[in-house]
Amino acid sequence: MITHPRAEELTEAVARWIDEVRPGLDPRNAFLARVAANMLGVVARQQQLGPAAEAAATERFIVLLDHQGEYADLNSELCEKLRAGTLDAATPGLIETLKANVLDQLAIDQPNYRHEGLAGGA
Amino acid sequence: MTVDVLAALPKLAQRLGGEDAVLASAERLSGGASMETWAFAVETLKGVRQDLILRRRSAPFDPDTARSVSLTAEAALIAAVRAKGAPAAPLVHLCDDEDGLGEAHVTARVSGETLGRKIVSDPRFEAVRPKLARQCGEILAQIHATPPPQAAGLKSADFLGELARYEEIYRGSGAERPVLELAFQHLKKHAPEPAPLTLLHGDFRNGNLMIDPEIGVAAVLDWELSHVGDPAEDLGWICVNSWRFGRPDRPVGGFGDYADLLAGYEAAGGAPVSLSRVRAWQALGSLKWGVMCLMMYQSWAGGVEASVERPMIGRRVSETEVDLVYLLEAGL
Repeated sequence: MITHPRAEELTEAVARWIDEVRPGLDPRNAFLARVAANMLGVVARQQQLGPAAEAAATERFIVLLDHQGEYADLNSELCEKLRAGTLDAATPGLIETLKANVLDQLAIDQPNYRHEGLAGGA
Repeated sequence: MTVDVLAALPKLAQRLGGEDAVLASAERLSGGASMETWAFAVETLKGVRQDLILRRRSAPFDPDTARSVSLTAEAALIAAVRAKGAPAAPLVHLCDDEDGLGEAHVTARVSGETLGRKIVSDPRFEAVRPKLARQCGEILAQIHATPPPQAAGLKSADFLGELARYEEIYRGSGAERPVLELAFQHLKKHAPEPAPLTLLHGDFRNGNLMIDPEIGVAAVLDWELSHVGDPAEDLGWICVNSWRFGRPDRPVGGFGDYADLLAGYEAAGGAPVSLSRVRAWQALGSLKWGVMCLMMYQSWAGGVEASVERPMIGRRVSETEVDLVYLLEAGL
């Protein structure tokens, strides 16, 4: 991995610069600048958490589908089986697998999102 | 057609306020891809002031393919629901060629707050917040009791039809998302029984409600997605977690409970709707919002929209996936 600077230091520097110039922008561009800074946050978290998240998701797919494979292939296979109805919400382990995977993804995309699981019972 | 709104407004001010009226202020509030909203004020020499809102279409409109209705239809809807007591900002003027503003209408400006996050968390709304869910139920009953105005030419939608429409869009995107796939198949198998169709607002959620700290819901905004459909669609849409603004514990808009929404609905004459129906439509709502996020990313990827905002919205799909997986786990 290249250092001096590391990739996440580059994204951090841009994000800081955006925050610096933001107060001088008109409302529309100030909003877009905040979006842009948030995007750099996603990139940074994906760099940091993405590889482990994908490895964990692949492991879960392997257990659920009961064979080895690459993430993208297993993901496609799962989608096909869900579409065909071979697997459904009642399949043991399915909901748990999907939940763990999308929670890992949410930790990258929007770590502050207060999701339905925090509702405290419907 | 390019329209200089600021140049056209002084003439409109005279038309609305009389020959001695002037344009006292004008400010563009928001500009979506196809619709603009302006706040403006008209003042006469005697100092009589009217605070108004102009909505105008800024992109060509095709009534056959659009899901949204024309502003003329919106004007008819506003009049119809107001006759039933629902709080929509009263129509002041439907623009014509003389105004030079294209397709547009003018309504009274109702004061209050529309920002969802403020409504759910600002101390100013603490007193009124517990009343909002019930008010929403009452207002929805009034809207649903309104005969759909013939002139509006509304489209109709039902659960399986909506599901099929969004599944087609999802297939076309080429994305492979197991949770969305599961949700499509599960909701297809567990679709609620069809209900008698009524007039719907079509986008009834925290963000389209003008909230006054004293009286609560002062106006329901943005009627452009109005259609005819299952009453539970409107009731479920305001419960989608994506517009609870950080308060998943308050399922109705981030400010209230299901029971209050449904009690208000029945008290105002709405036919009873079960919580499970609301939750099914809520899940379909999360699924639709997830697919819309994919579409917004695609409009950027395909070069249709250049905004920096669009690709980021694509990363909101995962929020709907997490919400959906919890709804599926709880049972639908």
